[in-house]
Amino acid sequence: MQVLTPDSASWQLAPDTRPLPMSILFAILFYLATLVFVVGLLYRIGVYTRTPAPLKIPTTPAPTTTGGVVLRMAREVLFFESLFKSNLWTWGLGMLFHASLALVLLRHLRYFTEPVWAWVAFIQPFGKYAGITLLLGAAGLWARRLFVERIRYISTPSDHLMLALFFVIAISGLMMTFVAHPDVVAVKGYFLGLMSFNWQALPSSAGLYVHLLMVAALLMIFPISKLLHAPGVFFSPSRNQTDNPREKRHIAAWAKQLESES
Amino acid sequence: MADIAAPAYRIIPIIPALKPGAMEGVRSFVANEKIQEAIGFPGQLVEDWHDRAIARMGELLGKYRSLKVYMDACVHCGACSDKCHYFIGTQDPKNMPVARQDLMRSVYRRYFTLPGKLFPKLVGARDLTREVLDEWYTYFYQCSECRRCSVFCPYGIDTAEVTMAAREILDSVGYGQKYSNEIIGKVHKIGNNLGLPGPALKDTLEGLEEDVKEDTGFDVRFPLDVKGAEVLLITPSADFFAEPHIDGLIGYAKVFHATGTSWTLSSMASEAGNFGMFIGNYEQLRKVALRIREAALELGVKRIVVGECGHAWRVAYSFWNTLTGVGEGADPNDRFAQMLQKQLDHRYRQPSHVCEFTWDMIQDERLTFDKSANDKYIITFHDSCNVARGSSMGGYPGGQFDIPRNIIKAVANHFVEMSPETTHEKTFCCGGGGGLLTDDLLDLRVKGSLPRMEVLQQVADEQGVNFMACICAICKAQFTKIMPIYGFDRRMVGGVHQLVSNAIKLGNK
Repeated sequence: MQVLTPDSASWQLAPDTRPLPMSILFAILFYLATLVFVVGLLYRIGVYTRTPAPLKIPTTPAPTTTGGVVLRMAREVLFFESLFKSNLWTWGLGMLFHASLALVLLRHLRYFTEPVWAWVAFIQPFGKYAGITLLLGAAGLWARRLFVERIRYISTPSDHLMLALFFVIAISGLMMTFVAHPDVVAVKGYFLGLMSFNWQALPSSAGLYVHLLMVAALLMIFPISKLLHAPGVFFSPSRNQTDNPREKRHIAAWAKQLESES
Repeated sequence: MADIAAPAYRIIPIIPALKPGAMEGVRSFVANEKIQEAIGFPGQLVEDWHDRAIARMGELLGKYRSLKVYMDACVHCGACSDKCHYFIGTQDPKNMPVARQDLMRSVYRRYFTLPGKLFPKLVGARDLTREVLDEWYTYFYQCSECRRCSVFCPYGIDTAEVTMAAREILDSVGYGQKYSNEIIGKVHKIGNNLGLPGPALKDTLEGLEEDVKEDTGFDVRFPLDVKGAEVLLITPSADFFAEPHIDGLIGYAKVFHATGTSWTLSSMASEAGNFGMFIGNYEQLRKVALRIREAALELGVKRIVVGECGHAWRVAYSFWNTLTGVGEGADPNDRFAQMLQKQLDHRYRQPSHVCEFTWDMIQDERLTFDKSANDKYIITFHDSCNVARGSSMGGYPGGQFDIPRNIIKAVANHFVEMSPETTHEKTFCCGGGGGLLTDDLLDLRVKGSLPRMEVLQQVADEQGVNFMACICAICKAQFTKIMPIYGFDRRMVGGVHQLVSNAIKLGNK
C-alpha cells in the first residue's frame, strides 16, 4: 500500500501499516454517514426548493430589494438578529455555541488538507480553545432547557439527546486535545486516505473512537432532525421574500391554475 | 359572560409562570351543517376524518413552503415562548407560539418524518387522535395570527401559517368555526361581513350625507356604485354603522370631498375584510377578494383605496395582486391580471391605503386642518398587528408606522408613544383578531389584551393619554368591548380618520 506523501515533514506513516478491523468499520461508517448527510441534505433542499410559496409573507422589517434581503439574511445567519431582539441569554449562549462550533469545524480542516491552508493553521490555537467555549455554550443552553420552566415544557427527549451528543463530541475532542493525545498524524493520514480511497490505519484510542462515532451519528441525524434549521432558515418565506407585492405580481403555478378554471 | 374580569396588571412585566390547562375549556362555537356547507366544507366531522386530515396536511405541505420549512426548522429554543399576548394573558403553556405549533408539529413528525415513525416518544411525535383534533380546534382558535412570534424567531417561523393550515385541515374534515365561516358565507351571499344588503347600505349612506350636512354645512357625498368614478373605496363593513368606525368613514369622505376626488363605494364589494385568510383557505381567500376585482372592472375605476382595517390591508397589500391582479407588474402574457392592470392608473400605488392617500394629499398641501379641534385629546397610536407585520405603506420599509403617525401629528397637537416594546413591529394584537372577535371567546379576548392595556394604562397615568387611535376595524370593535372591563372609557378608541374628520377644513382652504 502506498503512503500518500511519504516525504512530507508534517506527517508520516510506516509504509507497512495495514488497515485494522476498526479502521475498516470506521471507514464504512464514514462513507455511509457522508452519503446520508449529503444525499439527505440535498433531498431536503430539493424539497424546499420545489415547494412553492404561493403568497407574499415577509415579516416586518421587510426589505424591498433583493440586496436588502441578502443583507437581512446575512444578519440573521451571522448575528442571529431576531434572537437578539427576543432574549439576550438565549442569544448569547446560542452565539457562543455556534461561533465556537464554526471555529472548531474550520480548525478540523487541518485533518483533511495537505498542505494545511495558512488560514487554517492560523486559527488552530483559537480553534483548540473554542472547544471549551463550545462546551460552555452547550451547557448554558442545556441549563436553560432544564431550569427555565417554559423551555423545559417545550423540550422533547430528542432536544436533550441532541445536546448530549454535542457534549460527548466536545468532551471527547477536548480530552484528545488537552489530556490524552492520540497519534493525530496517523488520524490525518487515515482521513486523507478515506478521501482518496487509499485506506490507512486508524490509531486505536477509545477517545477517538467515541469522538468519531458520535460525529458520524451527527452527520446521519442531520437531514432528519431539527438540525435542518441550518438550511431551513434560507428557505423561510418570512425572511427571504422581498417586500414588493404591489409592484410585482407573485403567483404560484398551482394558484395560476385556478385562474384558467374560473 | 358576566363573570369575565380583567386580569391584574403585572407590577413589572415579568414572564408569567405556567398554568397548564388554564384555557382548555375555552372553545369557540363550532359551525353547524348549514354554515359549513354554504362555503363548500363538509357539514359535520366526517367518518374518515383521520385519513382525510392527514391527506390534507400532506397536500398543504406540498403547496406551502412556509408550512414545510416551519415544521422542520424549529429547534425549541424558546425565543417565541413569552411573546404571545394570549400566553401572557392566560398563562396556558399551549398558548406559547412554539407549543401551539407543536400541536401540529407532533402530528407532522408522526406521519411525515422517519424518526417520528420509528421513535415517536423520543421526538415528541403523536398519533392524530380525536383528543388531538379537539385540542387543535381549541388552541388554533386561540391564535389571532398576529405574527408577533415570527418577528423574534431566528428562522422567522410564523405561527399564523401553522394556525391557518390547522384551521384549513379542520374545515376540510367538517370541523369549522361558527364565527368565521358564517361571515364568509355572508360575504358571498350579501356582499359584506355584517350582512348589510345593498338597499340598506344606500339608506345608510344617504343618512350619513344628511348628518354631515347638518354637522358641517357642506354637501359631503357618500356615493355608491358610481360608474366612471376615479377611486373605488373598499372599506370594512363595520365602517357603515358601528361606533367608532363610522366616524372614520366620515373622515375618508371629507378627505375625498376636500380634495375634489371623485370616488365611489360598491354594493357588490362592500367589504374590505377577508376572513378567507383567517381560515387559511386559499380558494375562499381568493373568492372573497375577487369581488373587488369584479367591482373595479365593472365600475371602471382608476384607483383602489382601502379603508382602515388591519387584516384587510394585509390581504390588499400583500395578496391582492396575487389573487386578483389589483397591483402592477404582471407578466405581459398574464391576461387575467393585465385586464385589470391596464385599467388602473399606475401613477399611484395600487391598491393604496386610505392613510397613504390622505398623507399624499397633506404633503401636496391639498388639505388644511384646524388642529385645535383635537386639543381635547392626548393621543397615542396602537399599531394594528396585520398592518405592522404583514404589510407596508409608502413604498419603503417602515412606512406603515410613519404614515399614520404623520397624519395624527398633522391633525392634532398632542401625540405620545406607548412603550417601544409594544409598538411598531413589536406591537401587541388587540386580542380580537384572526377570527376571534366573537362573544364566545370573550374570556380569551379580555385576557389577550392585557399587555396592550398595561402600557395604555401607563401612558394614561403618566402622560394623560385619553385617546388611542388605530387603523383597524377589529381593533376598534375589540377595544370598545374590552376597555370598559379594564376600567377605561370605550370612547377612548377611534380611527385615525376620526381625528382627520374632527380637524379637516372643508371650505375655502
